Amino acid sequence: MMFVLHLIPLTLLGALLGLDAVSFPQAMISRPIVAATLGGALVGEVGKGLLVGVILELFALETLPFGASRYPEWGSASVVGGALFGMQPDVSPGAIAVSTFAALFTAFIGGWSMVQHRKLIAHWAGNLREQIAAGSTDAIISLQLRGLTSDIVRGALMTFVALLVFVPLTKIVLVTGTFDTVSARNLVVAAAGAVGAGAIWKVVHTTKGAPWYFLGGLVAGGTLLFVT
Amino acid sequence: MNETAPALPIRTRAAIFMRLFAVQGSWNYEMLLGNGIAFAVEPALRLLPGGRGGEAYRAAMKRQVGYFNAHPYFAGVAVGALAKAELSGETPERIERFRTACCGPLGSVGDRLVWAGWLPVCSLLALAAFGLGASPTAVVLLFLGFYNLGHVWLRAWGLRAGYRDGLRVAPALGTPLLRQGPAHVARSAALLAGIALPVAIRAIIGPERGSLAAVILAATTGAVALARLHGRVEGWRVAGYGLAAFILFSVVR
Repeated sequence: MMFVLHLIPLTLLGALLGLDAVSFPQAMISRPIVAATLGGALVGEVGKGLLVGVILELFALETLPFGASRYPEWGSASVVGGALFGMQPDVSPGAIAVSTFAALFTAFIGGWSMVQHRKLIAHWAGNLREQIAAGSTDAIISLQLRGLTSDIVRGALMTFVALLVFVPLTKIVLVTGTFDTVSARNLVVAAAGAVGAGAIWKVVHTTKGAPWYFLGGLVAGGTLLFVT
Repeated sequence: MNETAPALPIRTRAAIFMRLFAVQGSWNYEMLLGNGIAFAVEPALRLLPGGRGGEAYRAAMKRQVGYFNAHPYFAGVAVGALAKAELSGETPERIERFRTACCGPLGSVGDRLVWAGWLPVCSLLALAAFGLGASPTAVVLLFLGFYNLGHVWLRAWGLRAGYRDGLRVAPALGTPLLRQGPAHVARSAALLAGIALPVAIRAIIGPERGSLAAVILAATTGAVALARLHGRVEGWRVAGYGLAAFILFSVVR
């Protein structure tokens, strides 16, 4: 019971950030670099939250929310990832890999839940079709409010269920597994770096001159590695 | 056409502006943004003869609730233009034509400028700040501050331009900022990516830097592979499968 009560603040945060992803206000507080940091902060580990947030942000660069396409829901998922990593002891080898995987899996299910949510709104719109077609203000506002409210509930459920599953599962996996800290961290970072760099390249390579800017940036970034 | 649309009272303008933030609140596969557009434009329609619930108001609401699509930040352009059109007595046919015609441009301009431009730029700026040792608070505030400067400005500009120009708002979408902006933003993203990725990777790895070169090489190889596959696979899913396999192997070995 105490464990469930501990999840309430994280669930509320996940609900708000899930809402931000599409419905309101799309201020990008649902981006991983913000959401995971807040998730980590709620368990008293803001720095560890940011670390997972940076990794997930690199993955999220690949899945920009274009139009009606299906994409992962990073808001709730990043709260889960940031909080899970924050809950593990500093010396826990493999925690970064397990927390990142939990966030990616939650983001995948979150994307599916967004599609179901949109279908649910379409169903409600169908029920209100006559009133909406007649321009009924009550029906239009009612549909809007139902959409917003159900999205909060969706985000809360996503976060709560994911934490309910992954908090104990992470503990079991980290206790039973034989992880090598360096391998786990390097695998996660290399994968995130590859996805982030590939995503940026896909977006910018058709712009005239952009590849040269990228190379120029790499020279500057490489220099910074040596001088800082 | 009657050109005498009233100046919107500040309260009405503020109500529309606030509602624009929830324009996607009932996004669905049937009407897309349609319901949200009617929801956002509704405060302006109360100024029609007969007020809220009057015949003109109900007819206008009926027109505004149909299928509509746009980038959410650019929906204000349509909402402002439609509010002016309704208040200045444009014919229903012209309003319907406008609604149909502006869906495509308002979607594509927003996608290129915001989702493929401004958002990655702000993300990379925050990643670079993290890589150079900024505190968590600074990283988060830098990202949110920069991103929302552009976000809120775009929404406000869209509403203002839409109401100023009405159904003749199309040229506003052809301003140099919106025409050439995406290319400049893409170049900035490319430059920032080059700076941010190595320093962010180093900062995640931390003080033990023995494996930094190997990780950067692996990330570069993976990035080239993903770029060559050009959208046929999603890297984050592949990474998810890879991590699952790694975790499973670490548990069963």
